[in-house]
Formats: sequence, C-alpha cells, structure tokens
Amino acid sequence: MGSATSELPSRRTPLPDAAETGLKIVVVGGFGVGKTTLVRSVSEIRPLNTEEVMTQAGVGVDEANGVASKTTTTVAFDFGRISLSERMVLYLFGAPGQERFWFLWDRLFSGTLGAVVLVDTRRVDDSWYAIDRLQDHNTPFVVAVNRFDEDPFRYSLDEIRQALALPGHVPLIDCDARVRSSGKDVLITLVDHLYELAMAQEMTP
Amino acid sequence: MRRPVDTGDPDRLYTVTGGRSRAEDSFDLVTLVVSEREPTAGMQSEHVRILELCRHPTALVEIAADLRLPITVVRILLGDLLATGSITARHPRAAPSVASLPESALLQEVLHGLRNL
Repeated sequence: MGSATSELPSRRTPLPDAAETGLKIVVVGGFGVGKTTLVRSVSEIRPLNTEEVMTQAGVGVDEANGVASKTTTTVAFDFGRISLSERMVLYLFGAPGQERFWFLWDRLFSGTLGAVVLVDTRRVDDSWYAIDRLQDHNTPFVVAVNRFDEDPFRYSLDEIRQALALPGHVPLIDCDARVRSSGKDVLITLVDHLYELAMAQEMTP
Repeated sequence: MRRPVDTGDPDRLYTVTGGRSRAEDSFDLVTLVVSEREPTAGMQSEHVRILELCRHPTALVEIAADLRLPITVVRILLGDLLATGSITARHPRAAPSVASLPESALLQEVLHGLRNL
C-alpha cells in the first residue's frame, strides 16, 4: 500500500537537464492565511519544507559550546516549484509575515522577482507590517485577498485598499488559494505588474 | 561532560560541517547544482547524497529539503564540492539586488510560462 508520507526524493520529477535559470517569488502573510495552500495549488511538486538556522551576530558555530547554547533560531519555510520552460524554473516560497521573522526574509529572499501579500479580511492588521517592509525594500508586490467561504464581512476591494492604506498603483485582487487557476491568476497579476514596472524603467533614459 | 554525537541537532550540524560556520555566499536558494562526477569511496555521506541528487539540475533549497539540513550547512557542503570541481553551479540571472528589476524580456518569458500552465 502506498503511503503519502514516504515519497522519496528520487520520485520527484527532476528538472530537465537544460534548466539553467532559477527564479523566486515570495508569498508572505500571517499564520493560517493560506500561504502553503496557495503554494500547493500551483506547485508541480508536493510542497517541501526546509529550514534556516540563524545565528546571532558575533557568535559563530566555531566551538561546540557556542553551538549548544541558545544563540541560534531555526525558521522553517515551505516552497513549491513551477517549471516554466525547459530552461526556466520558478520557486515559490511561503514566508511568515510577522515582524520577528523578517530577518529571514532579508537573508533568504534577496533577488526575488517580487512578492504576493496574502490577506485574510478577518485579520487585516497582520498584513500591515509586511506591506510596510516590502515598500521599504522597494520589492514590487501585489496584494491578494484570500476569500474564505465563511468570510462574513465581504469587504469590497476598495474598502480593503483603504484599510491597508495601499497606494493605487499596487494591484489588489481577490483569490481562492485552494484553486489552481486562481493561484495562477495571482502569479500572472504579479508578473504583469513587474513587467510594466520594468518596461517603464527601460523607457526612462 | 561529553555529549553523544547523534542526539542534538547542533552537534550533528557541527559534525557535518567539520565545525565550520562560514557558508559559501555565492549559492542562492535557487542556484541549480549539477554533478560533474560520480561519488567516490571514502567521500563524506552528505557529499555522496548531493552528487547523486544532482545528476539532474537541482536547486539548493531542494537539496536542503531532501538532506534535511539547514540552508547554511548545505551552502558549506556545496562549497566543498565546488572547490574540488565535483559540481557546477548555474546561478540565477534575475536581479542581483532586491531593489533592481529584472529585464522585461525575462519577465515576458515568465509570463508566457505561467499562462501555459
């Protein structure tokens, strides 16, 4: 009998030998907002999990004592994969949006194409810090509102834009993170936005 | 007091990396790694697994997930293999810094790929 938990690395479809360019998009948002759901719905592989050990500045793992002390923090994150062509592969990372995790973002996600901020209308406050931080970094992003079935308020996108104090040029869309086509639309909205920004920049002498 | 080698994660990581903590920074999360030779007898087991895994191009994060090792540790191991010519690395050509945008041609290719999903 097959077991869903015993997938061997070798069972995962390998990338084509011509694969040469890896790209990154980050999905940020609070706990339970649906980051992993979104990654899973568009990924060609079952989402994988890995971790980074962050060591406090000035305390390396040079001695056994240093290693054993509580100067390191482990942060886990999920990711999925989308092969775009024979040469290009896109990795989608789900990252916790809370303030205390942003050191992870800074370290790991530099060079990302852009970000998706996933918002739960019942906990809009969770998104403020992420949006603030992305703007600080000049990282292009879109905001996707994950509409849960039981969402009792059904705020309009205009109301949400106001609540988030989101500038007019930042795309804001509805999505259902469980649905593959919806997740795909979110990614297309982001890359469309990036493309427009890049074109505008290339037009500027 | 002497600690058993296998109980704590930090100890395991210390063993795997030979006590080193400086990672090879040139490896991005999505740098694609390709083996250039077969594992040889006497190689460290993590090196062997990486060489087996990377017979096809494999991103650093996938290696880390499969080996169940933190990113930093995998960077160190990849640095070893790169130094001996056992692997080659295909680095991302997207914008090197967060603040600069990738070129529109690249983005067009990405869009094309996404629309064809």
